[in-house]
Amino acid sequence: MTAASEASVAAETPSGGRHALLRSDRAKGLALISPTFVYTLIFLLAPIVVVVVHSFWTQTYLTIDRTFTLENYKTALTEPIYRDLLVRSLYISLTVSVATALFAYPIAYYISFYGAQRKSLWLFLITIPFWTGYLLRVMAWKVILGYNGVLNEALMGLGITSQPVSELLYSTNAVIITLIHAWAVFAVLPIFVSLEKVDRTLIEAATDLGDGAVRRFLRITLPLSMPGVIGAILIVMIPTVGDYVTPKLVGGTEGVMIANAIEAQFGRAQNWPLGAALSVTTMIVVSLMAGACVLLLRGLVRLVR
Amino acid sequence: MPETPRSSGETMIDIANVTRRFGPITALDTVSAKIREGEFFSLLGPSGCGKTTLLRLLAGFDQPTEGTIAIGGQAMADIPANRRPTNMVFQSYAIFPHMNVAENVAYGLKRLRLGGGEEKRRVEEALGQVQLGHLGKRRANELSGGQRQRVALARALVMRPKVLLLDEPLSALDKKLREQMQVELRHLQKAVGITFILVTHDQYEALAMSDRIAVMFDGRIAQIAAPKDIYQRPVSRQVADFLGGMNFIAADIVGEDGSEVCLETVGFGRVTTERPPGFVVKGRSATLGIRPERLRVLWDDDTSEHEIAGTVVDRHYFGEITHLIVEIPGLQQPLSVIETNDFGADDIPVGSPIRLAYDPEALVAMGD
Ligand SMILES: Nc1ncnc2c1ncn2[C@@H]1O[C@H](COP(=O)(O)OP(=O)(O)OP(=O)(O)O)[C@@H](O)[C@H]1O
Ligand SMILES: [Mg+2]
Repeated sequence: MTAASEASVAAETPSGGRHALLRSDRAKGLALISPTFVYTLIFLLAPIVVVVVHSFWTQTYLTIDRTFTLENYKTALTEPIYRDLLVRSLYISLTVSVATALFAYPIAYYISFYGAQRKSLWLFLITIPFWTGYLLRVMAWKVILGYNGVLNEALMGLGITSQPVSELLYSTNAVIITLIHAWAVFAVLPIFVSLEKVDRTLIEAATDLGDGAVRRFLRITLPLSMPGVIGAILIVMIPTVGDYVTPKLVGGTEGVMIANAIEAQFGRAQNWPLGAALSVTTMIVVSLMAGACVLLLRGLVRLVR
Repeated sequence: MPETPRSSGETMIDIANVTRRFGPITALDTVSAKIREGEFFSLLGPSGCGKTTLLRLLAGFDQPTEGTIAIGGQAMADIPANRRPTNMVFQSYAIFPHMNVAENVAYGLKRLRLGGGEEKRRVEEALGQVQLGHLGKRRANELSGGQRQRVALARALVMRPKVLLLDEPLSALDKKLREQMQVELRHLQKAVGITFILVTHDQYEALAMSDRIAVMFDGRIAQIAAPKDIYQRPVSRQVADFLGGMNFIAADIVGEDGSEVCLETVGFGRVTTERPPGFVVKGRSATLGIRPERLRVLWDDDTSEHEIAGTVVDRHYFGEITHLIVEIPGLQQPLSVIETNDFGADDIPVGSPIRLAYDPEALVAMGD
């Protein structure tokens, strides 16, 4: 906020020290980021502050009691239902993000190393599923995984099962499969970009020093594309924890996630402070899990080389 | 070809009729060469003549369209790059950015699983050879250009290859550092006794460092010889022109036998010179060449057995030397003369008559 005012003052008085300030790299940098900074402040930070503040208050029927309390956090952390939902959400988002990255890596690798002149065409083709809405794509999975769905028909047709498998839809796995499909492209892009940045002569140098295809992948390509993998995992992990549409549509009772509980608190249950406390708890736990993932992956990479 | 003192004379690399085509482009056209063990061999040529392509064929990153390559007596056709007895210093150095200097140098050794501190010892030895002993812990992105070049060198040397391939390793360095590295590279090569193949487009670098030079144009090797031979006895105008300046004088062939040719020219009269290897007679005309520094200004009453007279038409001052352009009656092109400034060549007025002395030994016959 000071950045914007500072820059404008400096622009109005183009003399002496003020002028020098405007010319300094620091001032230029601040001036450049100030619009985004203000935007971030209003639309990102403010809502978070509102949520955090609410989490320390108490709902008393229709009004809110504004005395400081930690009761909501106590409920959020000790109540088994919320704990279970949180653990399940973390499990789902971790599985989805890791699986998506594993699934996206070969695709990104193929496009980057073998795409030749058709790289943009390949990337374009990959985004085609996104031309339909998210809900439609989730519905499509309902058709595939349903009791009379495509997958069950196929399994029976091949004689693998004699009658439809009912566990396919309305389960944790259904949520995981749908989310992986939904997020795959977001994982392909950062991995692709980081693979593109891997200098190909480094790979030749590794070959020259005696490494075969597997070793040079593990020692050069993978570590150097790790920022992309980490980016992909975070991009998928953070929003999927808070997803509530997918569990609602394909999760059934088994696939309910923490966001569904949060939604209920802000909606039907009319307990905003508890919903806020659940949100903040989720936010913190996800950040911790993301941080742990980053450290773990970095450590793994160090290990292979 | 004259014996080079440092190489043992055994053939280390045998390149036989190698052609490499990229679609319609012929990057290498029936190239043949034998490179000796322990030799410092340079590939010299203008940009795009196929130097890198040839080096990549030797390293195994690419396969010849036709022809064969043998290293140390072994055919290389089925041997992939990671199992060849060669190591490469890349033009961009290709230092692994996620590792420090010592890890970069140890990269190829890791796979060999050397026990008992052997790996550490060899890394330290290699870093010592390139005078980087104190920088082992430095990260790759904290190095200067010269230091990166040394790391790349140490990383290749530590593998103790039979052949070290260097693709313009000095071109990214500034002039002073480049000259220093030229001397160091030469010393290092003598010390380790490994066959070095250096790609360069800098004629002085090739002349100063090599035992032998292969000059390439358009995917072909025009001449392979020791630096002095290649400078003094270029086989063609193209080679002569690429290695320093040369005065070209149109000549008629008036006689020839197996070892000598006799040329008739304006100005230099009738000249009999050694017949260069690969001299091809096309019709009756040839070219006589003389290096600008082999023409000497005759002052006052000086005389010489071999002299020609002309007029100074231009003069360029270069500090320790002066470049004179001298018109000789009857010659289409004026001669360029390089004279040191000790006797006042920088004061010769433009337009004044001048006499030049030359040594007939310095005259070379070339095919057109
Ligand atoms: N992979 C390739 N595909 C198509 N053409 C190529 C390829 N590699 C090289 N060429 C062509 O082969 C010719 C020789 O290239 P090369 O890289 O060997 O030249 P060079 O002598 O190393 O030049 P420079 O001094 O500029 O590095 C060039 O005309 C180049 O365009
Ligand atoms: Mg090249």
